[in-house]
Amino acid sequence: MEILVCVKRVPDTSENEIVLNRAGNDIERDDLVYSINEPDNYAVEEALQIVGRIGGQVTVVTIGDEDDEEILRREMAMGANHGIMISDEVFQGSDGRGIATILKAFVEKGHYDLILTGVQAEAGGAQVGGMLAAMLDYPFAAVVNSIEVLDGGKLKISREIEGGNKEFSEIDLPCVLSIQTGINEPRYVGMRGIRAVASVPIATYDASTLGIDGGAVGEAGAKVKHVDYFVPESTGGAEILSGDRDANIEKLLELLTEKGGLR
Amino acid sequence: MAAFPQSELTPLLNSGRDLFLIIHILGVACFAYIITKRLAPLLHAQRDFRFDRPLSRLRMVLKFWLGQWKHPRYRGAGTLHILIFAGFLLLALRAFTVLIVGVSPGFVMPFLSGKAGEIYNLVTDYATTVVFICMVVAIARRLVFKPARYEVPERYGKAHTADAVFLLGLIAVLMLADSLFAAGKVAAQAQQGAPLEALAVLSLPWVLRIGLASASMSAIAAVGYGAYFLHEVTFYFLLCYRPFGIQFHVETSLFSIYFGKLDRGTIKPVRWGVPDEQLDQVKSFGVKTFEDFTWKHILDFYSCADCGRCSDNCPSNSAGRPLSPRFLTLKARDYAFQHFPVFGGSNNSQALIGSIYSEDEIWSCTTCGACEEECPLLIEYIDKIVDLRRGMIDDGNVPQSLQKPLKALESRGNPYGKMEKKRADWARASEFQQECAVKTVGKNDGADTLYFVDSISSYDERMQSIARATAKILDDVGENFGILGSAEKDSGHEARRFGEETLFMALRDHNAETIRAAGVQKIVTADPHAYNALKHDYKDLPPVEHISQVIARGVQSGKIEFAPLADSDKLYTYHDPCYLGRHNQIYAAPREVLDAIPGLKRVEMKRSRDRSFCCGGGGLMLFYEPREEERIGVQRVRMAAAAGADVIVTACPFCMTNIEDAIKVAGYEGKMSVIDLVELADQQMVRESPVVETEIPAVQKECAVAR
Repeated sequence: MEILVCVKRVPDTSENEIVLNRAGNDIERDDLVYSINEPDNYAVEEALQIVGRIGGQVTVVTIGDEDDEEILRREMAMGANHGIMISDEVFQGSDGRGIATILKAFVEKGHYDLILTGVQAEAGGAQVGGMLAAMLDYPFAAVVNSIEVLDGGKLKISREIEGGNKEFSEIDLPCVLSIQTGINEPRYVGMRGIRAVASVPIATYDASTLGIDGGAVGEAGAKVKHVDYFVPESTGGAEILSGDRDANIEKLLELLTEKGGLR
Repeated sequence: MAAFPQSELTPLLNSGRDLFLIIHILGVACFAYIITKRLAPLLHAQRDFRFDRPLSRLRMVLKFWLGQWKHPRYRGAGTLHILIFAGFLLLALRAFTVLIVGVSPGFVMPFLSGKAGEIYNLVTDYATTVVFICMVVAIARRLVFKPARYEVPERYGKAHTADAVFLLGLIAVLMLADSLFAAGKVAAQAQQGAPLEALAVLSLPWVLRIGLASASMSAIAAVGYGAYFLHEVTFYFLLCYRPFGIQFHVETSLFSIYFGKLDRGTIKPVRWGVPDEQLDQVKSFGVKTFEDFTWKHILDFYSCADCGRCSDNCPSNSAGRPLSPRFLTLKARDYAFQHFPVFGGSNNSQALIGSIYSEDEIWSCTTCGACEEECPLLIEYIDKIVDLRRGMIDDGNVPQSLQKPLKALESRGNPYGKMEKKRADWARASEFQQECAVKTVGKNDGADTLYFVDSISSYDERMQSIARATAKILDDVGENFGILGSAEKDSGHEARRFGEETLFMALRDHNAETIRAAGVQKIVTADPHAYNALKHDYKDLPPVEHISQVIARGVQSGKIEFAPLADSDKLYTYHDPCYLGRHNQIYAAPREVLDAIPGLKRVEMKRSRDRSFCCGGGGLMLFYEPREEERIGVQRVRMAAAAGADVIVTACPFCMTNIEDAIKVAGYEGKMSVIDLVELADQQMVRESPVVETEIPAVQKECAVAR
């Protein structure tokens, strides 16, 4: 099976202190460390596991610049067969629709049975997978947390729904799935693995090789623009239980039940 | 049994000469074949450089093999073993003489004729007796008293009692046969009117001789013949059966100890003989299949005597984690025997993780070193664990809980993923800064001493107090010191012990370069893990000291004086951190410091010094989520409670973390507390009355050369 996984390099939330910039329309990006968007990493692992079971190849693709190459290398060190960099100045400032447009153009250059994305990236839009599927006219499922390959060009997938429950579906290939974290346990990649793939070539595409009209993507084509961020002020309202432990436990249980945390 | 005139032995042995010769040849041939087969895995194994420093190695043999140094640590079993071992050494010549006289009755061992021979015979009469009694006692221990450490938990298979008793029984039979043969010979001498050879009074041969006193010559001849036959067959059976189980150490221990590990606190290289810069060309890291072990490590597997002392001392085993060092070895030995069978060629190698070992088992080790400290045969565990971890890291097989801190070490130089620029924030707390300004060693600012803080004391709010106390004490003893600040990265001590060698090398290279550029003359740290890393894992650095040594010296020289303890009714105990104590042998300095505090009453826990019990493990172990029945730290806190202690003093920020948590979990909150040695020293230190800021500007104060 030929699997394409769309990945993105994002500020690592566990290793950064995220603060807003002065203008308030973005985060302060100095001193940030970046890594692959976590759900994307799960998607790559899932692709590798599928290929490990039934054969095929895994390609990882990202839209960015030379800084973003590190995550392609990392995923190639995990075992992805090919890394693809899509890079062009005109792509900068694309909204979700712009990104999906670029990816669609790339997908049409090859033959992929399955396209995976992470469920969402740091911006929280969770839209690229769905839009890409719609543009390609492929079926789509979001928040997927298990994949089983069936005979006859079908997958059996489960999706995470309310209350930790799972919904099982069959879906026709080719399709686009957005992958939820926890679907697997991604393998570890250290510096040694990355060094081993350091000289593997990464194919690069730009607007002209993909045949994309620069005006339809990037800042020019974006129909969604961030104007502001709102950070809630920290206020009181926290209830601190004091007293002996047994009474605290009693009270905590009562509160949890009252607020619907316990049934 | 040295000098017998041919005439006396003839009736006993004559008819069996050909048979005895055949048994000799068969026995030696079988043994040679089995040993060749047992050597095969060693030849397929990885290299291991153990042929250096012969004098140090000889010293190990004298101390640990001949001197049985570790044995008295277990009083009963140890005494028993020392007696058996001494008996075996004494009996070696006697046994060979007996073997040879079967085919050459007139044989006399060189140097053992005449008086010397008589004395040797008397001594070995007793040796035989002592070994025989020891066997009876050992069998009784196995069958009646059943020490808990011999038990085999269900997941590791069946009990080993039958095999142990069988082997002990064989030695008892050997001793009995030897004694009976000696008794028969004297009885034959009596019958023939020859001068009687002396038998040691009350020894086993002496007692048996009484039994033969009234026997006829033909009966004596039959007994002598039977005894000889039994002795010879048992001897060769034991010789050839030992390489199949727990008594193989009789044959291998000398080599295991000679080739033992000489350097404490170190970790073996990924591949012996491959320099760091060529490691990228090594296809596979660590141990994945059996052949990835080094030959010495396979020899270790052979040498294990199944005494259970390692697991008896292992904190992970005690806490119910899925790790028992004893079975780490025994499972590998069973695998070696099955993988390289005595008959037929070796079969296909399989991955060890997932077959004989589980992932959790290998991640469970805290590398505290208690097992290695206890092992009478100096079997190595930490290097094997690290090698197995290297293999898992190389395959990407790492628990999610460890992936984040490893990744953070790579990108931020600390396992918490905190910003580099905040690494020295502990020194910038405004109150502290007024007391003691800490400078960052850099291009414009030199220092004699580097305080290497390491990650936990830099970033963990609680442990920052250890960093501040360390800085204050360095200042008080007049050290011109500085820190690396944001240029310091994690020492990599745990990264290395968790098998991430490449990451460790990157951290090491960065730190070593930065330290060398700083031009300091020495390094001090309050973190035993950093201490161990800088001392053993790094090369060509200035000398490294732990802060407890600095304080102890300050006390000795009078630079440091302590005020009497305010809470003098409390009982203190010192918990030896593994990487200060066991791995680096620093036991005295912290205790000297404590004993220099007036009014401090100190008690030792049952497990202290080189038998100290791990707090639960430092560094990355704090991130790992083990399967366990009870926390290791909780067990440690209970030991402190059992000793009657109210305050646990430690000298390691990781011990602090674990013990502080464990006090809460064990329900001793409010009743027991924990403090770091350096915090206690700082708290008790007599300092001249504080200088008023307006009189002397901060810049002129001794430590205040800061930027």
